[in-house]
Amino acid sequence: MSDRRQFITGAGLAAFTGLGAIGALYAAKRSWDPLPSVAASGFTIVDLSVAKENQLVVEKWRGKPIFILKKSVDMKKDKRDIVVNGENFHISIGLCTHLGCIPSYRPEKKNFLCACHGGEFDASGNVTKAPPPSPLVIPPFKLDGTKLVLGEEGSEYKKLKDADLIA
Amino acid sequence: MAQIKKANGIGDWFDQRLATKKLAKVMMTEYWIPKDINFLWAMGVVLVVMFKLLIISGIFLLMYYKPDAKLAFDSVNFTIMQEVEYGWLWRHIHAVAASFAFLVIYIHMFTAIYYGSYKNGREMIWISGMILFILFSTTAFTGYVLPWGQMSFWAAQVITNLFGGIPVVGDAVVTWIRGDFAVSDSTLTRFFMLHVFLLPLMIVFVIVIHFYSLRIPHVNNQEGADIDFDAEADKYLAGNKKESKVVPFWPVFLAKDFYVVCVTLVIFFFCVFFFYDFSLPGVNFEPANPMVTPKYIYPEWYFLWSYEVLRGFFFDIGPIKAMDIGLIAFAFANVIFVILPFLDRDPRVLPAHKRPRFKIWFWVLMFTMVILTIYGKLPPKGINNVIGFIASMTFITLFLIMPYITKKDAKGAK
Repeated sequence: MSDRRQFITGAGLAAFTGLGAIGALYAAKRSWDPLPSVAASGFTIVDLSVAKENQLVVEKWRGKPIFILKKSVDMKKDKRDIVVNGENFHISIGLCTHLGCIPSYRPEKKNFLCACHGGEFDASGNVTKAPPPSPLVIPPFKLDGTKLVLGEEGSEYKKLKDADLIA
Repeated sequence: MAQIKKANGIGDWFDQRLATKKLAKVMMTEYWIPKDINFLWAMGVVLVVMFKLLIISGIFLLMYYKPDAKLAFDSVNFTIMQEVEYGWLWRHIHAVAASFAFLVIYIHMFTAIYYGSYKNGREMIWISGMILFILFSTTAFTGYVLPWGQMSFWAAQVITNLFGGIPVVGDAVVTWIRGDFAVSDSTLTRFFMLHVFLLPLMIVFVIVIHFYSLRIPHVNNQEGADIDFDAEADKYLAGNKKESKVVPFWPVFLAKDFYVVCVTLVIFFFCVFFFYDFSLPGVNFEPANPMVTPKYIYPEWYFLWSYEVLRGFFFDIGPIKAMDIGLIAFAFANVIFVILPFLDRDPRVLPAHKRPRFKIWFWVLMFTMVILTIYGKLPPKGINNVIGFIASMTFITLFLIMPYITKKDAKGAK
């Protein structure tokens, strides 16, 4: 076979199999993506008026725990607080930002402890002891009176997001 | 076409078609193993036996197991453990054999390090072995998730979250691996596929490469002596069995291996019947609950050392977050063993007791691995954090100074 012919044969085969490989890999990648039913999983509505001071309420949204903590007057206010009827709430996804364990709330110490790797957060979700790399994440929410709609980005959420305070 | 004659027996019939006599010679009766070895050289065959036990017990479990988040827990803890006759036996064998396989892998691995069996032509044996270690680890982890208990769920949660440390695309990768925003049914089903099909298939393939990679450089011996295998084989075949430094793989070498296998199996079945708790943690007998993290979570004992390296770094250093340092250290710990042959700058193949600095290096490494394993199981509080940090630093430092230490040993010998 001439060099030219060998080159054309080689390049043609490479292009043909390469195309097939890209197509197959793309299909394989997409097959592992979340299913539409999962991706579209809906909204959760929580009534904040039933929350009691310094008592953690845990709700479930998209398979993840959501922390709702009503602050008592002696607890430090924070930029990340959500204010409803003049009362401060801490609301976050209840998964440690390190590796995703659920931290437990200690009402007497007014902080969160993650037992997996010893990370600690204060009652506003800020890290007080590593390894967590960032504060507890605030989920997208919208306020509707005393009702909290999880999964929808309301104006209060957008304000926090623009101030780079959600995590 | 080959000259096929009328066969004078069934053996000859196959031999004419498949060259079975030649195959048996190449694979068994004329595959030469040095005489100067000890029981630590039997670990490879012990591992083969463990792998077989895992496959056989796995086949029986597979017939009743249901890979569905709603059904998995009961199919294991009710159907297999209580309804199926001897179902408990297969589960105990499967769980205990996984632990034993890792124990033997570690002995196998550190034997190779001690005797320098990873260098000077034996690099591919070492590298294929380390690939097997990684494949076994992945198989063990995906299998651990299948009973869908609390430990299963939270192990899956923590380990998949590790990929979140990848820059930029981390979070997307985590969602992609899980097939959901959280660990869920889709995660369970794909881990099931990996555990029972793709990973075992890859393991079998790499085992073949691992065995083949032994053929050219041959098995090492206790003194690291450079044996002329052709000359020694000729001696053996000529009848000078006593003088020859080698023996055939079959039947001589395997005869001793089978003895070690028998001893191992006695201990193994003792554990299967009377001492299986260590491989089946109690927390995993509670169904998976995404809303409650168990108070203490820790991996199986064989992952504790690398888990401790991961969490050993509990404080930020300047702009680098504690989590990222931990992840980098964890990634380092998991790949550094693979490149060991290239960190050793001493070209001689010798056991550690004949390499003064390397000997200290080896025993400090062993001690560090034990400390990491012990502290990996203790809760990350107070002094435990400090000891974990020191041990993790020691582990990393050992590999960083290895080229220097081995070079000095080589120079000292001249």
